[in-house]
Amino acid sequence: MEIWNRHFESMDRDGIRKVQGERLRETVERVYFNVPFYRNRMQEAGLGPESVHNIDDIRKLPFTTKQDLRDNYPFGLFAVPMSEIVRIHASSGTTGKQTVVGYTRADISTWSEVMARTLTAAGATRNDFIQIAYGYGLFTGGLGLHYGGEKIGASVIPISGGNTTRQIQLMHDFGSTVLACTPSYALFLAEAIQDSGIRREELKLKVGVFGAEPWTENMRREIEQKLKIKAIDIYGLSEVIGPGVASECLVQNGLHVNEDHFYPEIIDPETLDVLPAGSVGELVFTTITKEGLPLIRYRTRDLTRLHYEKCDCGRTLVRMDKCLGRSDDMLIIRGVNLFPSQVESVLLEMHEIKPHYLLIVDRQNNLDTLELKVEVEDEFFQDRISELETLRQRIQNSVESSIGIGLKVTLAEPKTIERSEGKAKRVIDNRKF
Amino acid sequence: MIIQQLSVFLENKSGRLTQVLEVLGRENIRITALSVADTSEFGILRLLVTEPDKAKQVLKNNDFTVNITEVISVSAPNEAKHYAKVLKILSDRNISVEYTYAFTVDDKSIIILRCSNNHEAINELKSHEMDLLTSGDLYKL
Repeated sequence: MEIWNRHFESMDRDGIRKVQGERLRETVERVYFNVPFYRNRMQEAGLGPESVHNIDDIRKLPFTTKQDLRDNYPFGLFAVPMSEIVRIHASSGTTGKQTVVGYTRADISTWSEVMARTLTAAGATRNDFIQIAYGYGLFTGGLGLHYGGEKIGASVIPISGGNTTRQIQLMHDFGSTVLACTPSYALFLAEAIQDSGIRREELKLKVGVFGAEPWTENMRREIEQKLKIKAIDIYGLSEVIGPGVASECLVQNGLHVNEDHFYPEIIDPETLDVLPAGSVGELVFTTITKEGLPLIRYRTRDLTRLHYEKCDCGRTLVRMDKCLGRSDDMLIIRGVNLFPSQVESVLLEMHEIKPHYLLIVDRQNNLDTLELKVEVEDEFFQDRISELETLRQRIQNSVESSIGIGLKVTLAEPKTIERSEGKAKRVIDNRKF
Repeated sequence: MIIQQLSVFLENKSGRLTQVLEVLGRENIRITALSVADTSEFGILRLLVTEPDKAKQVLKNNDFTVNITEVISVSAPNEAKHYAKVLKILSDRNISVEYTYAFTVDDKSIIILRCSNNHEAINELKSHEMDLLTSGDLYKL
């Protein structure tokens, strides 16, 4: 099995810890002098750049959260002048504000490097045709895969998401060997291929790299059976870099974290204590090479576990389990992040409905569906069907344009949506992960 | 001539209509007419009742979304041509009918109408000597 960067991907533990320590020291120095936010946080904790000597000193440093990114919207946490930034991506935030990330030329090169590792670990080479059916644009999925594909010298097909008929036709005509998309879209595509009348033997597909949303082992088996390919799990988040943070190899026994660039820790989300290896907890990343937007101990809210034993593939990089859930209420719907509070803020601006709502998430024909139930306010209740239908459509349009996810709005009778004194139940997720 | 009609919002789930009627029944409220308009997801129940204000309050107390809406009522012989005549009087004056329903008492049709402008509709129907009913007339039926 090929390894893109044998030096770093198969380094022994002492070696990698030394590299991580040096890189952490440099990162802390840079953020201390270039980002007022980090300098203030460190000074409050009585720390200076000299406080960090080796990788274990990371535990002294304060955590960073999505709220911090939001508070410093859009560029407040960037550690370089804007003249050094060559790319900006963004993902949905909790209150309509996007989470903005910036890359220097070196960051793009790092991203290409980790994506080259990802694709190589999935068995891709310069002889492959990579069909990238992740969305291109502000979302990091499409371009992340794209640069990695070019880096290994493969033939990249930047088809982007959607248009299933064309996906199948190009897959067939160009002879795509690698498919990159969300796992739910892979399943959707699998069934569309069956219906298209194209026989499997006419396709050259051999492997898929799937991520950007949670999926189960059952879904993996289903994709592998239906598409007759190997389905590889990849993990990333735009704040850290995008896809390329961690990825499976062909052994499919956990995702190798590119820990020479992104240092992972597992903490207890309540006490914030670092947990011993093998415990389930919240994944925290420190970027130790990034220039544009370095993050110190960034809380991902993803729950998982880390394994430090060497993998059969020869890599020594620490492995993380498939994400087991979230320590906050974020949902991932068709690859797009959604916080219930985003919906709430739209509803609060509409007077015709009560501020009670329920989001129902399901998966039909392998695609996520989202339903929003809202209660009609008495004073605004009109007895004309057309007016209620107009109201329903208006709610639907406002919410859709704010969250960027298609949904169905249903009007409900008063008090049919559960009230609660404490944490209200706002979400019913019927998908099985 | 304006008649107070009760409109109740109902989700399309079984048993809801029964509950409305049970609530009204407990208060001995009489129903003169009833009509349901529905889509695949929700319905609107329209009722003519004795004591509409009281009926609204008891339904509200039982967590129904309910409002009082204004309709008008015409009595005409129960043949299609008379219903047609009523509608034509209105359409000739560009008064649109948002919805209508009817029921029969003896050889008479009691027609209920919600128009884009109920007052204008009343004047127009009166000038054509149509037999407009008051709420008092209806409750006596």
